[in-house]
Amino acid sequence: MIDSLPPGTLLIAGALLFPVLRGRLRQAWLLLLPVASFLHLLSLGEGTLRQLELFDYTLTPVRVDSLSLVWGYIFHLAALLSAIYALHVKDRWQHTAAMAYAGSAVGGVFAGDLITLFVYWELTAVTSVFLIWARPDHLKGRALEQQAERSFRAGMRYLLIQVGSGVILLAGIALRVRGGGSLEFSHLGLVDFATGLIFVAFGIKAAFPLFHNWLQDAYPEATVTGTVFLSAFTTKMAIYALARGFAGTELLIYIGALMTAFPIFFAVIVDDLRRVLAYSLNNQLGFMVVGVGLGTELSLNGTASHAFAHILYKALLFMSVGAVLHRTGTARGSELGGLYKSMPWTTGFCIVGAASISAFPLTSGFVTKSMVLSSAAGQHYVVVYLVLLFASAGVFHHSGIKIPYFAFFAHDSGKRVKEAPPHMLIAMGTTAALCLLIGLFPGVLYQILPFAADYHAYTASHVVTQLQLLIFSALAFTVLNLTGLYPPERRSVVLDFDWSYRRALPALVGSVGRAGGRAWGGLLEAAARGLDAARRGIYRLHGPEGIFARTWTTGSIALSAALMLGGYLLFYFFY
Amino acid sequence: MSDPSEIGAPDESIDQRPPDKRHVFDNPRNVKRVIYTLFTVCGLLLAVDLLDITGVLYHKHIHFAFERWFGFFAFFGFLLSVALVLTAKEMRKLLKRDEDYYDR
Repeated sequence: MIDSLPPGTLLIAGALLFPVLRGRLRQAWLLLLPVASFLHLLSLGEGTLRQLELFDYTLTPVRVDSLSLVWGYIFHLAALLSAIYALHVKDRWQHTAAMAYAGSAVGGVFAGDLITLFVYWELTAVTSVFLIWARPDHLKGRALEQQAERSFRAGMRYLLIQVGSGVILLAGIALRVRGGGSLEFSHLGLVDFATGLIFVAFGIKAAFPLFHNWLQDAYPEATVTGTVFLSAFTTKMAIYALARGFAGTELLIYIGALMTAFPIFFAVIVDDLRRVLAYSLNNQLGFMVVGVGLGTELSLNGTASHAFAHILYKALLFMSVGAVLHRTGTARGSELGGLYKSMPWTTGFCIVGAASISAFPLTSGFVTKSMVLSSAAGQHYVVVYLVLLFASAGVFHHSGIKIPYFAFFAHDSGKRVKEAPPHMLIAMGTTAALCLLIGLFPGVLYQILPFAADYHAYTASHVVTQLQLLIFSALAFTVLNLTGLYPPERRSVVLDFDWSYRRALPALVGSVGRAGGRAWGGLLEAAARGLDAARRGIYRLHGPEGIFARTWTTGSIALSAALMLGGYLLFYFFY
Repeated sequence: MSDPSEIGAPDESIDQRPPDKRHVFDNPRNVKRVIYTLFTVCGLLLAVDLLDITGVLYHKHIHFAFERWFGFFAFFGFLLSVALVLTAKEMRKLLKRDEDYYDR
């Protein structure tokens, strides 16, 4: 029976037990679940297919192939590492949400048909929102209340957008089925309105430009451990969906290129370091999207391996900034600095993560992201290649340098705290080790990629040109700081596209409402005046002073009656 | 050139206590050492491109003609990073609002 359960079910079902577990038992369960679920996945070999007849439709709840396995493996790994990081959390509902979220993402990538995908799609949304709504237990008192308020509202916006994505997906599926299309979740292509809707739905969760702000809005408002979980699943599941359904769609190349470029400008000026990481996430997703758009074996291998590596080093970065948040109560660059003195290990791990995201030689980023760049160049997309190169230099700037620098070095903030707790150090250390191991032994990762990869990352040319790109970017940072041109970290909000629906749209609706209200009021008032005028007119004629209220003498009535009869006779006589 | 130990100082001075122990980068000489090392490494990396131009030992494996230019990746990285930061700084002037902008 167990082997007919879809992957991820153990995580979801097991998550429900957390509310009744305490202490060591809860912690053991937290670690056991991802491992058990992973073993379950392994027991379903590649090529497993399970189908189900429901009403008139054939559903495929389980489809295991080389593409989905890459995601299946990394999702379980991420769940385990994040679980280790979250061992201290006493809020049991957070554990339930986190594990159910992980399980839904796993289920989603093994879905063989669109309906099953939709179910998991929505499930990831409703489970992950609780990680945003959870109590910000790294704060106290007034600060906690204020943050809880912000988190609540951010979570609402997040939920609206995520569920909105699901609704659009369902609309697309319904239209597709009605148009005679198949429910099978394989290559769809952007061919008609139905697939267009599905494309948009995937794009929302993949943080396409203009649909992206939920990422920067919600992730920094989640708990310390919650954000680590959040960073792994939703967006990568969306990338998988794009890779499965829209590989080779040329539009994606340009969307992806745009996605790599614009977030880095914001990342440079934003204060909250977790928001910087969220913009950075957006930038990295762009590389994956370009890989999907190019559609070659090399580029898809690039997307898959980059997703794998990215989940690890992004989690590491969120873990280290999270550890800082956990100890100091803040994640703002303007309030931090000098923490290498009290949190040296965290600093070290953060630097490994920063080096990985920048694709320094010997790290996981170097052996994965470059496949996408190579493919773009190979297909002669000159402008896109240059944009990706720019984005590579840019990511070093805001994630490679800014994050470790402003958190741990720069101006000493005076904060002296304890080093991160042991379980967090273990989680970070393991993740950092994996980033380096993949960088040193890429073959291990290449083996699980969907296509045979005979890509050689460590050519002299690649190492030198990459080092030139990165070290000279570091030089730029140094020179800008020494000449005082580098913008200092400031407490502020930086407006992005979400201004349109957080400020402009409500303001518009408000003013239209008020104008409408005034117009309606004016209309009612005019009507009331009209009625009043009519009333007065009638009063004038029929009221006590009015003509029709006067008493007439009998004689004048008799005379009027005689005149009327006479007139009638004459009229009758002559016609 | 401003004092290297003041690199990236934020506006508000929130230093609460004097440092308890002398740490590595409290010493301005160490900071200077890091910077000089950086400049040296940059110089070396540029020099490697000379090997490519002269055809000795190293050959750049490239896709496009412009990548062959001397120090292309180095200058690209440097110039575009500067452009990135300065543009972002200008953007901030336009887009910056108070922290409680959305909460009002």
